[in-house]
Amino acid sequence: MTAVGVREDFREILRLVRPGARVLDVGCGEGELLDLLAREKGVDGRGIEISAQGVSACLARGLAVVQGDADRDLDSFPAQAFDYVILSQTLQAVLNPRHVLGELMRIGEQAIVSLPNFGHWRVRLDLLAHGRMPMTGSLPEPWWSTPNIHLCTLRDFTALCDDLGLRIDAAARLSEGRPARPIDPSRPIENWRAEAGLFLLSRREGTARAPAAPAKSDLFG
Amino acid sequence: MSDGDIAHDGVDVGGGTMRFPADAVLRLDSGGRIEGLEVAYKTYGRLNAGRSNAILICHALTGDQHVASRHPATGKPGWWDKMVGPGLPLDPARHFIICTNVVGGCMGTTGPTSDNPATGKPYGLAFPMITIADMVRAQAMLVEALGIERLFAVVGGSMGGMQALQWAADYPERLFAAVCIAAAPRHSAQNIAFHEVGRQAIMADPDWHGGDYASLGVRPEKGLAVARMAAHITYLSEPALQRKFGRELQRDGLSWGFDADFQVESYLRHQGTSFVDRFDANSYLYITRALDYFDLAASHGGVLAQAFQRARDVRFCVFSFTSDWLYPTDESRAIVRALNAAGARTSFVEIETDKGHDAFFLEEPVLREALRGFLDSAAQAQGLPQGLSQGLT
Repeated sequence: MTAVGVREDFREILRLVRPGARVLDVGCGEGELLDLLAREKGVDGRGIEISAQGVSACLARGLAVVQGDADRDLDSFPAQAFDYVILSQTLQAVLNPRHVLGELMRIGEQAIVSLPNFGHWRVRLDLLAHGRMPMTGSLPEPWWSTPNIHLCTLRDFTALCDDLGLRIDAAARLSEGRPARPIDPSRPIENWRAEAGLFLLSRREGTARAPAAPAKSDLFG
Repeated sequence: MSDGDIAHDGVDVGGGTMRFPADAVLRLDSGGRIEGLEVAYKTYGRLNAGRSNAILICHALTGDQHVASRHPATGKPGWWDKMVGPGLPLDPARHFIICTNVVGGCMGTTGPTSDNPATGKPYGLAFPMITIADMVRAQAMLVEALGIERLFAVVGGSMGGMQALQWAADYPERLFAAVCIAAAPRHSAQNIAFHEVGRQAIMADPDWHGGDYASLGVRPEKGLAVARMAAHITYLSEPALQRKFGRELQRDGLSWGFDADFQVESYLRHQGTSFVDRFDANSYLYITRALDYFDLAASHGGVLAQAFQRARDVRFCVFSFTSDWLYPTDESRAIVRALNAAGARTSFVEIETDKGHDAFFLEEPVLREALRGFLDSAAQAQGLPQGLSQGLT
């Protein structure tokens, strides 16, 4: 069955995940993605969700979901318990993104992370033209009420991955209502045109390196 | 809605007392043994042809088998009538619901009030020490005697939740799902401390007579009432007490004495005095001790996850309450962490409530709907037909 009316990022995740895999969805909401993955890919799915209502909805779907949040509760899972750990549009809202990303890679063989791109041209233009915190389709809330406390650009994110010794196995850009497009995230143009990015990550051989010197910044990156 | 006794709703209510032959010995963790074990139980609904729809409910410290029918001593509605009944998550129209009185209890199952076969008089303190695992062992004997090889689910709150965990640890192949509400993997120092206050209150009552009060025709009612009063405070949250009573007085003005001036005092006194009508002091000693001895990790090399190694195929659902300070959420999280480490299929919900520990048998719609969702989907996964005994009720 082809999923109709499915969020584009879900569609891309569905494409990336191998059938029958063990999947942990961090911030699984009411379990739409896990449900989809179970139905279409036969995955053995688990979830973490912050709200009791969300967990309740997941239970009714027959999903195994633990109430908790990404900052605090990932430590309850043993190392390498999953083939994939998914963190969808949440990294920018956690207290300690670096730690959370590290935890994802401890728990999972691979991680699938999506996040809004603060380097998108509309964001840059908005800030340049108005001098105020941008409000766009993927970042719709004013600065004082947004849950997004750690916004970054695609370049920031790839730099953090590099820093943590993570390899980007696949990347895609997500734009409102359009299918995900595979990208090479190191190309500066993608940091301009991706509203959001989705990454498939795995560990590079060896451990995380010491923090790298900040990459040369330029206006066009 | 039930009037507290679902027999009135046309539900099949069964049960009685299962008397095991003398050779079916219940061997206890303490090294003791009980011959001629009797297990008092109630059932609601009907066992299906495949014997696959049985749910065992485990009761809490002062609970009993009368989970959904009127209590014979107090006439009060079943203690879990919010959760067990037609249209409720534990529905006799679909499930065969069993609830036993725990071993050591005083509602018909062998306990310190039972006659000691050696003397022909009530056991009193001659009753052997019991544990949560012993309670579960006795339940397993009953379930087997009822011809049920595998329970669909074991469900319990508080001490009942500990039994559900013990079931998963000891008989993982005999259950499909386990629900553990407001429990802990072990008793904390604070838990033990409160229980010790209760026990000392009972033993300080001159009518206790070293546990031999039954043969003297008296009861340590004052001590037991005080034990209940102290324990009852731990079942409620401070905000709930404040909301319910605040500093409200019973009468206009203070008595300038030691009468129950405050409503909260009067309430606690009532809790204490009504408790002694339905509970035995020695049972209270034995069961609180069983709780204090409970430490699921200790009996598995000090690693809680080890307890669940064989329970990987059991579906778990763990619930806690935000305002429960008797068994706080962190205790449930420790259980969840161990279950995850063991690779078990685990769900966990922390219910937002100010009702404290007792929230588990009060009106809590989020708990009810989450439990319904968990059990319904588990039933589906197990291939249990929904509404299988429609027409029987």
